[in-house]
Amino acid sequence: MFYREAGQFKTSYAGDQQMLPIPLDRAFVIAIAAIAIFVVPVIGSQYWLESILLPVMILSIAALGLNILTGYCGQLSLGTGGFMAAGAYMSYKVATNMPEFLPVWIPIIVGGLFAAMIGIVFGLPSLRIKGFYLAVATLAAQFFLLWMFQKIPWFVNDSISGVPSAPPETILGFYVTGPNASPEAKYLFVLAFVIILAILARNMARSRIGRSWMAIRDMDIAAELIGIRPLKTKLSAFAISSFYCGIAGALWSFCYISTVEPTAFDIDRSFQVLFMVIVGGLGSVLGAFLGAIFIFLLPIFLNNVPAWFGLELATDVVSHIELMVFGAAIIFFLIVEPHGLARLWQITKEKMRLWPFPH
Amino acid sequence: MEAFAAIFGIPPFELWFFFEVLIGGLMSGVMYALVALGFVLIFKASSVFNFSQGVMVLFAALNFVGFIELGLPAWASFILTMGVMILLAVTIERVVLRPLVNQPHISLFMATIGIAIFLEGFGELIWGSNIKPLNVGIPDDVVFMGDAMIQQADLFAAAVASVLVLVLALFFHYTRIGRALRAVADDHQAALSVGIPLNQIWIIVWSVAGFVALVAGIMWGSKLGVQFSLAILALKALPVLILGGFTSIPGAIIGGLIIGAGEKLAEVYVGSFFGGAIEEWFAYIVAMAFLAFRPQGLFGEKIIERV
Repeated sequence: MFYREAGQFKTSYAGDQQMLPIPLDRAFVIAIAAIAIFVVPVIGSQYWLESILLPVMILSIAALGLNILTGYCGQLSLGTGGFMAAGAYMSYKVATNMPEFLPVWIPIIVGGLFAAMIGIVFGLPSLRIKGFYLAVATLAAQFFLLWMFQKIPWFVNDSISGVPSAPPETILGFYVTGPNASPEAKYLFVLAFVIILAILARNMARSRIGRSWMAIRDMDIAAELIGIRPLKTKLSAFAISSFYCGIAGALWSFCYISTVEPTAFDIDRSFQVLFMVIVGGLGSVLGAFLGAIFIFLLPIFLNNVPAWFGLELATDVVSHIELMVFGAAIIFFLIVEPHGLARLWQITKEKMRLWPFPH
Repeated sequence: MEAFAAIFGIPPFELWFFFEVLIGGLMSGVMYALVALGFVLIFKASSVFNFSQGVMVLFAALNFVGFIELGLPAWASFILTMGVMILLAVTIERVVLRPLVNQPHISLFMATIGIAIFLEGFGELIWGSNIKPLNVGIPDDVVFMGDAMIQQADLFAAAVASVLVLVLALFFHYTRIGRALRAVADDHQAALSVGIPLNQIWIIVWSVAGFVALVAGIMWGSKLGVQFSLAILALKALPVLILGGFTSIPGAIIGGLIIGAGEKLAEVYVGSFFGGAIEEWFAYIVAMAFLAFRPQGLFGEKIIERV
């Protein structure tokens, strides 16, 4: 009733090829972006901005990256944490050694590019091996990269502790990274990356490069026969995915935890991001965001549930129950809605189209 | 050369020391192979990439130690734990595998990660998360072979692993169920069409994997104590798998030995060039490099694709 696509005719190619061709969709997305930019920083408390929204946004960038590789190009990867670490360590190196006048986003982009290079190196085996063999091979990236950043002191400027704190950087006089930054500034800084990268991902997915990824995913031999080069396609997916992960890692270190440390990027992080992609929906930009929100909030929610019922449980019991519920929730989700939250959203939209008169 | 070696802290090359490292490596390789074995069984019979095998090892060991701490003798705990593992296999088949039939492999893989997380929480909720020593009378003296020192416990583990493989081989070749399992591994649909009940086969194969996990858990547990890091150590079984091939039992054993010996030798003789602790990733890099030349692993089936 409120949401309909019928009767909307496009009279120009530009109109037909818009990113969101339906006006209501467009209005909705713009409204959400506007609220995120103008309203949330004003009304959000420090807890919400710093401990919930910031990590959710950064993890959705990582999930976007993994979704490009796994969802669009069909190459399962368990090395996300390693690529995030690559971004974090390289941006730290650049940020602490670059001239003062350069803006803070440059080291973060450089970190992303470095991660992309590493992604290409670890993507090379994907030309020979597929599926689960590849997934296990990407674990090599996870373990090797974390080891490398821990063992080579050059990356942390020979810091004695090996866990340096993120350098404070400013934009227009406001601190956006490091421990001194206000939550609002950090939030807006990360939000800018989220918006730009999400628009980029959406456009890549529906352009030539995204179509070639999907062709490789659906059947690589057939894709090769119609003239798509597997080498170029797979490596570009690895590079762009790692670029996203690298930026997420850099932001995670600079804005969220304010230190550059390897434990933030261990194998659990890789699995967390993989869960986000699967629960959110493979091959969907929206899914990366929904998955990140769901997976990040579920443990927080589970932590608070016993308190609502007035139950006092020991912390280790709570953490064990949390693991159990988390595992069960993942299995439940895979059984009930294997295409993820993005598919649920699509179903909701289809229902809304006919509401309130379904037949 | 002497000075060079002294700078980097490389032990001077001596034959007995080389053999000591090699044998120690082979023994830890046996442990990896035990975990990899359970994995291969499940992958062959249901093409499920069972990520939870490592946690199953931990879960079995936790149960075993828990029953012993309740005052039961070791043999009774073993039987009880085996019962728990069979119950687990039935539950997994009912709750997870059956509803996910015909889903893409990645969904089943994710589901096994879910199982892993669930079991980790469940096991530690029941039995607690502190480190438990496990002593079932495995000898822990050292024996000398020439100059090289060998742990008796390692020899014992190797013996147990060989017996286990022998038993599994006999089971697969000479029993009715074993033949059915091989048929399912060969071709699901053909097996169904000659009347082999897939669901039962899955329960059996997960139970056998549970049995292997229990044996591996007892071996690992008496070496290191029963603790969560068992599940992490079991991740080392993954490079063993890609080296040996996902579908080959001899591959799991030989891959385990190669990885175990290789990483120990590399750590001792090469590790100091890189600042040590290369054990963590050495296995993966070896496996990856290997895959570049032989994508199906040492003994895996060659995948032929047709459009």
